[in-house]
Amino acid sequence: MTRDKINGRRLVGLFLLGMLLFNFPLLYLFNRPMLALGIPVLYLYLFTAWSLIIFLILMISRSKLDAPFPDHE
Amino acid sequence: MLATETVIFVSLCYIGVLFGIAYYGDKRADIGRSIISNPYIYALSLAVYCTAWTFYGSVGRAASAGPAFLTIYLGPTLMVTLGWLVLKKIVRISKIHRITSIADFIGSRYGKSMTLGGVVTVIAVLGIIPYISLQLKAISSSFLLIHQYPSLKPLSSQSSIGLWSDTTFYVALFLAVFAILFGTRNLEATERHEGLVAAIAFESIVKLVAFLAVGTFITFFIYNGFADLSQKALSSPELRLLMTLPKDAGAFSSWFAHIFLSMMAIVFLPRQFQVMVVENVNEAHLNKAIWLFPLYLVAINIFVLPVAFAGMLSFGSSGLDADMFVLTLPMANKQVFLTLLVFIGGMSAATGMVIVETVALSTMICNDLVMPVLLHMPSLKLAQREDLSSILLSIRRLGIILVLLMGYAYFHYAGEYYTLVSIGLTSFAAVAQFAPALLIGIFWKGGTRTGALLGLVAGFSVWFYTLFLPSLAGAGLIPQDFLEHGPFGIDFLKPFELFGLDAFDRITHAVFWSMLANLGCYVAGSLFSRPSAMEHTQAAMFVDVYRYVGRVHDSSVWRGTAYLPDLVSMLERFLGRERTEAALDNYAMDYGINWDQSLTRDPGLVNHIEKLLAGAIGSASARVMVASVVKEEPLGIEEVMDILNETRQAIVYSRELERASAELRAANQRLQELDRLKDEFISTVSHELRTPLTAIRSLAEILHDYPDTTPDRQREFSSIIIRETQRLTRLITQVLDFQKLESGRMRWAITTVDLRDVVEEAVSATGQLVADKRIRMQVNLPDASRPILGDRDQLIQAMVNLISNAVKFCDPDRGQIEIRLEYVADRLRVSVKDNGIGISEADQKQIFNKFQQVMDPTRGRPPGTGLGLSITRQIIRHHHGELKVGSTPGKGATFYFSMPLKPISAIPAQ
Repeated sequence: MTRDKINGRRLVGLFLLGMLLFNFPLLYLFNRPMLALGIPVLYLYLFTAWSLIIFLILMISRSKLDAPFPDHE
Repeated sequence: MLATETVIFVSLCYIGVLFGIAYYGDKRADIGRSIISNPYIYALSLAVYCTAWTFYGSVGRAASAGPAFLTIYLGPTLMVTLGWLVLKKIVRISKIHRITSIADFIGSRYGKSMTLGGVVTVIAVLGIIPYISLQLKAISSSFLLIHQYPSLKPLSSQSSIGLWSDTTFYVALFLAVFAILFGTRNLEATERHEGLVAAIAFESIVKLVAFLAVGTFITFFIYNGFADLSQKALSSPELRLLMTLPKDAGAFSSWFAHIFLSMMAIVFLPRQFQVMVVENVNEAHLNKAIWLFPLYLVAINIFVLPVAFAGMLSFGSSGLDADMFVLTLPMANKQVFLTLLVFIGGMSAATGMVIVETVALSTMICNDLVMPVLLHMPSLKLAQREDLSSILLSIRRLGIILVLLMGYAYFHYAGEYYTLVSIGLTSFAAVAQFAPALLIGIFWKGGTRTGALLGLVAGFSVWFYTLFLPSLAGAGLIPQDFLEHGPFGIDFLKPFELFGLDAFDRITHAVFWSMLANLGCYVAGSLFSRPSAMEHTQAAMFVDVYRYVGRVHDSSVWRGTAYLPDLVSMLERFLGRERTEAALDNYAMDYGINWDQSLTRDPGLVNHIEKLLAGAIGSASARVMVASVVKEEPLGIEEVMDILNETRQAIVYSRELERASAELRAANQRLQELDRLKDEFISTVSHELRTPLTAIRSLAEILHDYPDTTPDRQREFSSIIIRETQRLTRLITQVLDFQKLESGRMRWAITTVDLRDVVEEAVSATGQLVADKRIRMQVNLPDASRPILGDRDQLIQAMVNLISNAVKFCDPDRGQIEIRLEYVADRLRVSVKDNGIGISEADQKQIFNKFQQVMDPTRGRPPGTGLGLSITRQIIRHHHGELKVGSTPGKGATFYFSMPLKPISAIPAQ
């Protein structure tokens, strides 16, 4: 398996993680009219999870292993 | 304080700046120093996704439905994580096939189908119209609001105003001119617009800065930060509701449906396809864009909720449209500069969308709808016209005007009654119809043109019925009755509760039914139709795009030749002289062709020219054009036979190869088996040598160390030593014999032999062995014997081997061996029978092989080298006989052989 494929699979894994974080059962846990750090908990959760996903994409695409999209043909 | 003239002046200045950037971008592109060829500009251009919907509509959505507005931005984030799998493949395919739009992509995938391209174009245009009207609505509302500055009152309905006094109409015309100037200045072979992309990227910065500025101002200057606003909102029962999703099942299903829609939209909206795929300079830019773009989305959404809270707290019941809170809040606080900045930000969000969208749509209308039709009308003689590029440009310009006017019409009659977001979602649901045909089409070769066509038409019809028609009904163009009681009063056909499905909101409901119809028809249609040859080729080239890298130019099933002047003049008509020459020179350089040497062109060049044309007029039209010039050779019978012949030969070769490699494999296996046996043999022989050697050595040591041992014992020891040395000698003789036999260096002393003698000799030689084991030996010899020719010593050796073999395997308690010599026809048959454990059928085939010994599960490996039987067989063979064995396991075994009797005349006179 090439390194290209490894990172590709990681991104697909990340997609599945995102589907999990942004959908029903987990979302339901935070679906309360409360504040945490002065921010409604559901928003805090969504923005945190969202940032986490972006950070992981950043990590994967910068991975020295190999970029998911090769620079040269 | 804020005169309308000022607003218009600032807007014009801003647009002047945009033109400047676009002009500079195009200039730089012409001299080959692209300013957009970096991942940051690419990511910013993707942010054309954020339109007036995001800029104004998100706040409105948050003020009525809370967190639901976020779904539109979470979906794209999820989609870019699938970038490696989906986006990269789409980008790669589009680059190789010079795809210029989504209609081109789908049409091309299913055999360069014109019908399909046309259908996709119609769906895209109709689907996007509400979306365009959304932008018009946002610009005109914001203009009308800022027009009243500093007073604030809800806008009155515009639909009663006449066309010529309606601001929105002028906005639409203005945008049309803007888009024409930007997008259709000249005809590019690749359909890329560098200047346009640069301007779009700049607009993305402007709208983000404007939104962050107003968000910061409202959150931190009017209120004391997030916590203050949230606290105030928490104490209001109305705003409390905006912090959570409603706790019914419908809320979560629509949450999921909206995420799905936005995932599809980020790829299938014509403008997203344009900036992400068509305008992509380098695939590697996706690397950075896949995290920069979601980051942009996060940034532009951070202040949506605070602004919504602030708007609700400030003008909760004043009747002001929540969609315009972003603008009305700074207005209410008398912030002239900020108000203007927001207006410009909103305008940049809306214009960016409209420009790219109309350019993309007009390309589709021209390449996939109008041109194919025109080219098919022989009366127009379009293919013979001198200059076609001006016709193409005119069609595109008309397309842009048409799209904007339709957007205006929709706004005028229907758009006013809906919020920005609900209008936008209608468009999202329309473009999601492309998902099955495109996404499945690039991974599944089985998808056919028929399937794609059925799926698209079915999905679009459902969308039209459940979303588009009702939106007109809401505006009073169709009787309201249609919504409430269904068409003709048929209750279960109500457009929002089709077949009685009332568990979802309108969008989710429409998504469910349309995707069901689309996917179902696509799959069923594909499974029950047969693709044409062209479809097969295109499907393979799309699905296996990575495999065909570098082989594209000769991968067509279609062959043709043409005269170079014909081809060149055709290209010139579309691209102009300069571009044509440059393109052909490149081709000649890449493939090392000298134009002067031959006048007819090979299929490779014809294909290349078709691709070049496809960049300008779409793949379906390009096919028609090329066919009109090229003397098409639709594969004559001879060529078909040639291809078949080649294929047949290839098959024959491959069969031969297979057979040869099978033989090699078998030989290799045999070698490995022999190698294994040889190893075993060496270990056996060394074991056999070591045992007697050890005995001899230890006895000799005793004799040496203890000279006073009794003479009796001394004799006993030395006799053992003698026996063991004999055994060693025998062993070595056997190995040497075997080696001689194997290499054929055995010297045979052939004389006349009486086999009875041989048997008797062998029996007496093994007498001691037999007696030791207390075996009863029975020898049946005929009274008279006729001589045979043979080597007496070797025959004795063979018999001894057979007898000692029988002794080895005899029943340990009541051993019995029977030797028989008899005449059968003109042969002499010798058999040696024991009553031992017998030999299983499988082992019977093995035992004659050298080094092979039969393992007995209870007694283990028998003593000896495993050479005896092999040697015996060789000896018998040399005497024109064959050693065989018959046995029933458990009842002993019989080894027998027969030899030809010596003809009297053949006895040598010695």
